[in-house]
Amino acid sequence: MSNTSYCPNTPEEIREMLGVIGVTTVEELFGAIPADLRTRSFYLPPGMSEFEMTRHVSSLAEQHPRDIANFIGGGYYDHLIPAVVDHLAGRAEFYTAYTPYQPECSQGTLQALFEYQTAICRLTGMEVANASLYDGATAMAEAAMMAMRVTDRDKVVIDGCVSPFYRQVVRSYLANLSVEIVDIPPRGGIIDRPGFASAVDERTAVIIVQNPNFFGSLDDLGDLAELAHAKGALLAASVYPVSLGLVTSPGEMGVDIVTGDGQSLGNPLSFGGPSFGFIATGKKHIRNLPGRIIGETVDREGRRGFVLTLQAREQHIKRHKATSNICSNQSLCALRGLFFLVSLGREGFAELARLNYDKAEYAKSVFAKLPGVTVLNPGTTFNEFTLALPKDAGPVVERLLAKKIAAGVPLGEWYPEMRNCLTVTVTEKRTKAEIDTFAHKLEWQACK
Amino acid sequence: MTETYYSKEHEWVRVKDGIACIGITSYAANQLGDITYVELPRVGKGVKQFGELCSIESVKAASDIFAPVSGKVVKVNEALEETPEIVNESAEDAGWLAWIEMADLKELGNLMNFEGYDEYLRGLE
Repeated sequence: MSNTSYCPNTPEEIREMLGVIGVTTVEELFGAIPADLRTRSFYLPPGMSEFEMTRHVSSLAEQHPRDIANFIGGGYYDHLIPAVVDHLAGRAEFYTAYTPYQPECSQGTLQALFEYQTAICRLTGMEVANASLYDGATAMAEAAMMAMRVTDRDKVVIDGCVSPFYRQVVRSYLANLSVEIVDIPPRGGIIDRPGFASAVDERTAVIIVQNPNFFGSLDDLGDLAELAHAKGALLAASVYPVSLGLVTSPGEMGVDIVTGDGQSLGNPLSFGGPSFGFIATGKKHIRNLPGRIIGETVDREGRRGFVLTLQAREQHIKRHKATSNICSNQSLCALRGLFFLVSLGREGFAELARLNYDKAEYAKSVFAKLPGVTVLNPGTTFNEFTLALPKDAGPVVERLLAKKIAAGVPLGEWYPEMRNCLTVTVTEKRTKAEIDTFAHKLEWQACK
Repeated sequence: MTETYYSKEHEWVRVKDGIACIGITSYAANQLGDITYVELPRVGKGVKQFGELCSIESVKAASDIFAPVSGKVVKVNEALEETPEIVNESAEDAGWLAWIEMADLKELGNLMNFEGYDEYLRGLE
């Protein structure tokens, strides 16, 4: 504690408190936290004036090139954000992350969130959605726990083609529950159906998949829904919302719980957050849905109004048996998602999805012509696909970054047998010229 | 007429051929107020005497319902899914919750008869 100027406690008080806890030093108190995760120093440089600070931050920003063509996906995507999204989200009426404490006094906030829920239902083809969750990974974990409540079972079968980050978060979330989590390794980059058929049994609460999967492949989930339902289990799918402008909705495929990350809907990349998660399901499961739900009603004079509904699921009523403990939330990010969707409209959104698909198809055709490069996805993809390169993908990505191309996600870290593989994303923002330059430089770096 | 037994948690039990029909008492239904949802147990669920069976939500609260006897749930009152208010209207008859195949008939000895429950309620007032 070399610098205690921001700490109101005197050294004597600190000693006294440590004594009560039964440790001798502050260092010992935080001993359980790995050293590399702890702040080494609380030293802050001397204060700056507003002008000095603006200049300092601008100079930091200038150190980072802005003209990098971004082909990275893997869960977070570089999409256009119409200016109207920032404008609406910046309005003082909306600009808070908190659910109002006297919610019914804030009819505007409730109405906006109700419309968000409606948009998510229309997008996913489901009947009910909540007012948002933290992100796509935690939404998947919530879906697993929800399915365990619905079925009263304790086994979760998860596809190995689901994002490794998501699978890790699901394991962390469920670590202290009595649950068996079974991973089914991918077969040829897609769902191993025989593997699922033998793993899913009468103890299985849920099958969890991702569509498109981590390698970019799209799949028809209808047969998996049948497999799950035949055993009394549910099917949960995490989806990339932008793809739903083009792809059959999960609701139509028979999925029981749909989750996903809302970053691609009007939220900037911002080094990975904040974003929001969404979750939607059938009406019959609504009491097991986590989080807050906004409902539409009429007041005593018959006027349309909005309320927080089905609160008996929540922690202030059901305590430890609540369906989740989401209270403060991502509703500002969720509202950005709503503003994004309504600014595009039904046709604009379909057009956006089509652009992503077409550009990615063009890129696939260009890359497939490079010597020694193959597209690994066996079937349809949306805007993301996986290339097998003639050499280790990691160093190739490093070298391309120096050429102002963020080439994609090298897969070796999570799939050791796929060291040569690179997952590439092409959003609507990428131009033909950028794709051609990428292919040209990739040939130079990887194929020579 | 079959004898009715009562628990301190305000559940009632009527047994016929080893099957216990159970529900909550009129007193409990009145205390809860307007019932909005009955979370029925799953058929096949195993329960322990005085262990959790299911829950009931009313405009006032969400309350746990405890199984007055041990055994296996063999049937639930599906009518309550759509019309939970039956429990308010007829808690000790049409508003029954579940049938439990009893594991041990002797457990009825841990419950009260009508007079005992009546006296117990007086003590609560």
